[in-house]
Amino acid sequence: MRVGVVTFPGTLDDHDAARAVKYAGGEPVSLWHGDTDLKDVAGVILPGGFSYGDYLRCGAIARFSPIMSSIIPAAENGLPVLGICNGFQVLCESHLLPGALTRNVGLHFLCRDQEIEIVNTQSAWSGDFTRGQRITIPLKNGEGSYQCDDKTLQELEENNQVIARYVGINPNGSRNAIAGITNKQGNVVGIMPHPEHAIDALTGPSAAGLAFFTSLVRARV
Amino acid sequence: MALDTVGIATNSPDTQQPWRELGLKEDEYQRIREILNRRPTSSELAMYSVMWSEHCSYKSSKVHLRQFGEKAPKSDALLVGIGENAGVVDVGQGYAVTFKVESHNHPSFIEPYQGAATGVGGIVRDILTMGARPVAILDPLRFGPADAPDTKRVLPGVIAGIGGYGNCIGVPTVGGEVIFDKSYLGNPLVNALCVGVMKHEDIKLAKASGAGNLVVLFGAKTGGDGIGGVSVLASETFSEKKPTKRPAVQVGDPFTEKVLIECSLEIFKEDLVVGIQDLGGAGLSCATSELASAGTGGMRIELDRVPLRDANLSPEEILMSESQERMCAIVPPAKIDRFLEICKKWDVVATVIGEVTSGEHLEITWHGELIVDVPPRTVAHDGPVYNRPYKRPENQGDLCADAAENLPRPTGEAELAEAILKLISSPNMADKTWITEQYDKYVQGNTVAAGPSDAAVIRIDEESFLGVAVATDCNGRFCKLDPYQGTQLALAEAFRNVAVTGAKPLAITNCLNFGSPEDPGVMWQFAESVRALADGALEMGLPVTGGNVSFYNQTGDVAIVPTPVIGILGVIDDVRKAISYRFTGEKELILLGETLEELSGGEWADGCGHLGGIPPRVNLQKEIVLADFIHAQRDYIAAAHDLSDGGLAVALIEMLLQSKTGATVSIHGDPFMHLFSESSGRILIAVSSEDSNYVVGKAADAGITTTRLGKSGGENLEISGVLSLSMLHLQEANQRTIPALFNA
Repeated sequence: MRVGVVTFPGTLDDHDAARAVKYAGGEPVSLWHGDTDLKDVAGVILPGGFSYGDYLRCGAIARFSPIMSSIIPAAENGLPVLGICNGFQVLCESHLLPGALTRNVGLHFLCRDQEIEIVNTQSAWSGDFTRGQRITIPLKNGEGSYQCDDKTLQELEENNQVIARYVGINPNGSRNAIAGITNKQGNVVGIMPHPEHAIDALTGPSAAGLAFFTSLVRARV
Repeated sequence: MALDTVGIATNSPDTQQPWRELGLKEDEYQRIREILNRRPTSSELAMYSVMWSEHCSYKSSKVHLRQFGEKAPKSDALLVGIGENAGVVDVGQGYAVTFKVESHNHPSFIEPYQGAATGVGGIVRDILTMGARPVAILDPLRFGPADAPDTKRVLPGVIAGIGGYGNCIGVPTVGGEVIFDKSYLGNPLVNALCVGVMKHEDIKLAKASGAGNLVVLFGAKTGGDGIGGVSVLASETFSEKKPTKRPAVQVGDPFTEKVLIECSLEIFKEDLVVGIQDLGGAGLSCATSELASAGTGGMRIELDRVPLRDANLSPEEILMSESQERMCAIVPPAKIDRFLEICKKWDVVATVIGEVTSGEHLEITWHGELIVDVPPRTVAHDGPVYNRPYKRPENQGDLCADAAENLPRPTGEAELAEAILKLISSPNMADKTWITEQYDKYVQGNTVAAGPSDAAVIRIDEESFLGVAVATDCNGRFCKLDPYQGTQLALAEAFRNVAVTGAKPLAITNCLNFGSPEDPGVMWQFAESVRALADGALEMGLPVTGGNVSFYNQTGDVAIVPTPVIGILGVIDDVRKAISYRFTGEKELILLGETLEELSGGEWADGCGHLGGIPPRVNLQKEIVLADFIHAQRDYIAAAHDLSDGGLAVALIEMLLQSKTGATVSIHGDPFMHLFSESSGRILIAVSSEDSNYVVGKAADAGITTTRLGKSGGENLEISGVLSLSMLHLQEANQRTIPALFNA
């Protein structure tokens, strides 16, 4: 299964995302921000990093890149898209997901091993988890505080659109301790912590993050 | 004032020039006149003044640093040695690794965030310039007392700057040190080490050869930042309308650097350059003169082609600007189109600014007028060399006589427990998570171990699991008491920190931070330290692959404690076998090495406000035996942790806290001495009960003293018959200090 991994200028975790796809049994396909061709992929990952230097606002410029002009309509037609960290910010800026991500409450960049609880196992990217499963994966961001208005928050909760929540101390002040959300259709997922850095206990706090990638790859084999 | 050209300079020998304001001595200025056989133009004067500065020319340190070459051990591993941007060693399987540490002390004191950020940016470009992908950053840091108001200004800015830059360029920050001492108040040390990986055939050198090859400047545009001393030329000798005194601290843009890294690596992959140099200290002056000097010698530059951020910059300022994120490449004409195409793909500005010539001079023109015409070697390499006087300070004897071993010691359960809690909650020994959490240690996905582990372990090949281990160390107080022994202790500690992971130490780098070389006492510390490192490297059979000297770290007459930070790089054939200092399950705890009554310069003495005596003995041969033992027995060792600052007390508590367990241990003899002594050559290991007899037997065979301390387990640290402390209490004491001091 071909899974696209987008590289914007300033993207950092594209290599890691591609590695995760490979570990999950898929074929990573590199997608360049300046192209519009999705190269026949069955899913797309927007990796972490600082696209376009995070100038103006995180994800604000990436949202207008040529590749996003292809990804946005494809996602609206059901193409599975996973945005990690900066990718989550790009999805919010693109209005594929509601809400926004703001500075951490402590105003510091934070890199730590974070426990999260999987809430929704119905999305294209979370089917391999069990509901309520707790996993520890790296969290690393400066602007990871998920914010939205009360009405949106209520809808997210009612529609089971929360993918995962932080366990224990809320590290960045996200509303309802939200670590990740999905759209109503369940094909677009944004998550702030980094499952691609937790695919092997040798280099990450666990290998539990791999299930995000196998969820997509296995379901579509 | 009009443009100062070579023609004008030849015809106006008596023009007064601001050489003194630019930091040149009178005899240095006269030497420039002799070299050129005329007065220098203002542009030439600017170039010589920065390239002959202490920072660029190593004029006070050169005579000592020669020992690294003279005493160099034979090493098959060394591929590129001292003199290039960074040394390169062979780590096997066709891989080469380059590493280097540099200081950015003074800028970080003035502007902590940008000073530290551009320190990271600069060392990363040095590594990139060798043809390598930067894979890890370590930051040895020193600050004034943790509770001093100025430390509260400097430390958070430095940490945020390192994170802000490192996190954004996608290179993991995986280690370093954070140490507090009153001598660093007003003189914080911000050193940055970067490790890079490449294949042997990808090694690049800073060399401009082949007449007709093009000189290409690429990366950020040139601005007025970081001009420093040369603003004297701009503001005092030239046009009155110019802005005066531009900022001397550079401003970094990590996004530009990240793009520059990817763009450069793509250029290297297609083999499009014959030589490359980054623009760091002394900017274009340094890059052009060093490239030309290392090549055939001739180069012509059209300075007006340099893309500018500020159109008002004078040629002197352009030559001196230290604007960040710039590189200079030598590209054959047949490859220039492809080179520019890759730059365009990454939106990197690239400009052909000149060419390599068959002549022997570096010629620089400004709108057609010749403003620089010099033999490049005289700028880059033939700077002044000083044999500065050095002398052991008068009071050194008194200092060494005042031993910490004579201080009153804690006795009895309550006093010992209090001393342990005080030690592990002291700013130097306290948990540094508040700091390391601000660094991305995971990016690139190859981090097997990162600080607070003894050494960082990085996988460099995903198929074979080949990796490297890196550590930096220095106890400046030891070096103050005895710079020779202190330096070898730093070497031994860095070596041991790499060895406890099971890696084989391979090469040494260093960042020598000292006070003023014009003070004979400081110069004596420096001379002793360099001699010690060269001797130690020879004894251990490890090449010194490069280094950096930072002088003038002092306030008034008071210098910092000498701080020769030593970095060691080791290779590990399979990172899956790397030993951590964390273990699971019940283990037997065994101490390797001998504990002597050595407290002077240590953490306990520091906690008593005492500095005096003679630092611990060092035996480099014993360190080698220990390292070989750990490597040979790595399959039987569940965890290993180096004993250094804070001795057994700190090493034991750190290992237990990491492993989330208590332990019951017995100490035979004076418990205080055994817990607090900082004797070198010691490692704490955790071994499964069924392996312990075997491991102890093997250690005895190797001639290593072993002490079976006891077993892990329970929720307390029980020292039989001496004291009991709850791990929870110890953890709380260890973790609260730094956040309490620095959380805004």
